[in-house]
Amino acid sequence: MDLNTLIQILDSTIRLATPLLLACLAGLFSERAGVFDIGLEAKMLVSAFFAAAVAATTGSVWLGLLAGIGASMVFALIHGIASITFRGDQLISGVALNFLASGMTVLIARDWFSEGGRTPALIDGGRFQPIDLPFARALSDVPILGPVYSELVSGHTALVYVAFAMVPVTWYVLFRTRFGLRLRAVGENPGAVDTAGISVVRLRYSAVLIAGILCGIAGAYLATGLAAGFVKDMTAGRGYIALAALIFAKWRPWYALGACLLFGLLDAIGNRYQSIELLGVPVPGQFMQALPYILTVVILAGFVGKAIPPRAGGAPYVKER
Amino acid sequence: MTLPRWADVVLIPLINLALALFVSGLVVLLIGEDPINAMQIMVRGAVGSTYGWGYTLFYATNFIFTGLAVAVAFHARLFNIGGEGQAQLGALGVALVCLALPWPHWTLALPFAIVGGAVFGAAWAAIPAYLQARRGSHIVITTIMFNFIASALLVYLLVGAMKAPGMAPESARFPAGTFLPNARDVFGMVGIPFARSPLNVSFIVGLLACMAIWLLLWRTRLGYEIRAYGHSEPAAIYAGISPFRIVMITMLISGALAGLMAVNAVQGEAQRLLQDNVLGAGFVGIAVALMGRSHPVGVLIAAVLFGALYQGGAELEFETSVPREMVLVIQALVILFTGALHNMVRGPVTATFLRFGRRPDGSVKPAA
Repeated sequence: MDLNTLIQILDSTIRLATPLLLACLAGLFSERAGVFDIGLEAKMLVSAFFAAAVAATTGSVWLGLLAGIGASMVFALIHGIASITFRGDQLISGVALNFLASGMTVLIARDWFSEGGRTPALIDGGRFQPIDLPFARALSDVPILGPVYSELVSGHTALVYVAFAMVPVTWYVLFRTRFGLRLRAVGENPGAVDTAGISVVRLRYSAVLIAGILCGIAGAYLATGLAAGFVKDMTAGRGYIALAALIFAKWRPWYALGACLLFGLLDAIGNRYQSIELLGVPVPGQFMQALPYILTVVILAGFVGKAIPPRAGGAPYVKER
Repeated sequence: MTLPRWADVVLIPLINLALALFVSGLVVLLIGEDPINAMQIMVRGAVGSTYGWGYTLFYATNFIFTGLAVAVAFHARLFNIGGEGQAQLGALGVALVCLALPWPHWTLALPFAIVGGAVFGAAWAAIPAYLQARRGSHIVITTIMFNFIASALLVYLLVGAMKAPGMAPESARFPAGTFLPNARDVFGMVGIPFARSPLNVSFIVGLLACMAIWLLLWRTRLGYEIRAYGHSEPAAIYAGISPFRIVMITMLISGALAGLMAVNAVQGEAQRLLQDNVLGAGFVGIAVALMGRSHPVGVLIAAVLFGALYQGGAELEFETSVPREMVLVIQALVILFTGALHNMVRGPVTATFLRFGRRPDGSVKPAA
């Protein structure tokens, strides 16, 4: 494999890891606050649709991004109402939202655009354009480092850089601010937080809504950055892979970056090669597709380092009466 | 505060269903169709002809199995979200049995296919069950992962080892001796005309499964232990019930039930193994179990209701501009209202009962 191929694969790894990373960090906020979220998929999907729909109608990708984030936050709010206010089952709420998104996006898409459940293909201003970092062109002739900088680091859309910047931001917010401390505490022992006079409900709603924003960006990136428009069920299980990455990362931001890059790499290799040979043994492409899920099960099983979720995760908080 | 039994079992599910249908009606209105008209088309399409009934009950058969699968697990307080993958593996089991021999008659093939589907479905549930019971891995997450692994496995087999000659990634057609008699043949024998539909004898297997699960849960020692474990794990342990044993057995039964769905869908209809043999029925099982309050009779009723919804939805797409995805929306709302938002309905209903007349325990409210 020459340098060029390697760079191409890593380049597509970065692009494929971006939506995973955003959704994974979304799940991180929500689950660290004690609200399980298997509706990441749903939020990404509604966002992808509304981002593409608004971008197609107005011609502005930024309005599309806002619409996507808004739609995703509405879904996050429903999840919050069901699982925080009415203390319903968080997992079931997530399942319901996944179906709702999958059905509703196609329903509205057919009504608005009559193109069989997709949006019109986005052109020019309707898509996020790649950004050339300073000196990318000038440095491209430098051996090895040149192409790495100009092809791999430079030339992505704005949302890619946003996603990667979110990793340190998330780390800082969760581990270096008062809000983050409280948020993590509410996922471990909400009773203690309540005793300290801090509202459990408000903290959990904030976490769920932050997850809504991040999933919104992820969905908008899918439809207006990675692809050029919305198609039915275009998230294709990415919400679940993000969930897998979250567990793989043991609910930590920097590990999340590693997990998402790994799963992105698997995806990139799977897209490029039908099957690859590893140590003389042919590995079928389907195995590569299933690998993120298999790895997650192995991690969950605790054979390679144990993944322990936030202790109060999944349990609605009931104040003593 | 407990409600009278009839309110709990009948009234609240009905209110939830009405709410889900009401919101769905709003959605239909939003996309410029008449909700009343849409409802009429759906009802007529689902139960207005023997053709409609045939499809309704065919879908219902799938949902009976997947609904029971989720319901049994719910009794042990396990959320088996992996019905989809277990049914895919069940499909593989059924296909392997059907393709293994030149079966002379369906009465011979059916019992073996049932065993094949059940064993493969149970096997796929066994690993998540073991990981939950021994290593404490969250069963919801592991079963989700196993859904994806299952579909990758089937694609792998159908482009490789099990692929039939030709373009399509599907297995060879099953021998004619495995074809199950459908409703038209059965009703035809006694002279009743019945339209052509995929409804077949697996429906009866489904009814028997409902009965068996009822017997298991409420008339056997094992069923008692499952329910006891679901109510309170510490109490069950104190009573000498092994959590490991209960989690394993419950999930094996659950996976086997999900796998049995393939007898209807694969042996009964497709007559070959396809890439996706389940088409979301595993997830519908969640809605069915929630609506049916995890009781076999409730599951049966909810399964027929969802069967009607699926068949009615297909007719709706045919006659109006409302696409089939409307069914997904209704299904999502049913899960949302019955599963996640049930306290929203329960609270006001309980308050109403407290306010008017008789108390839930049957005593009359004393004069203030």
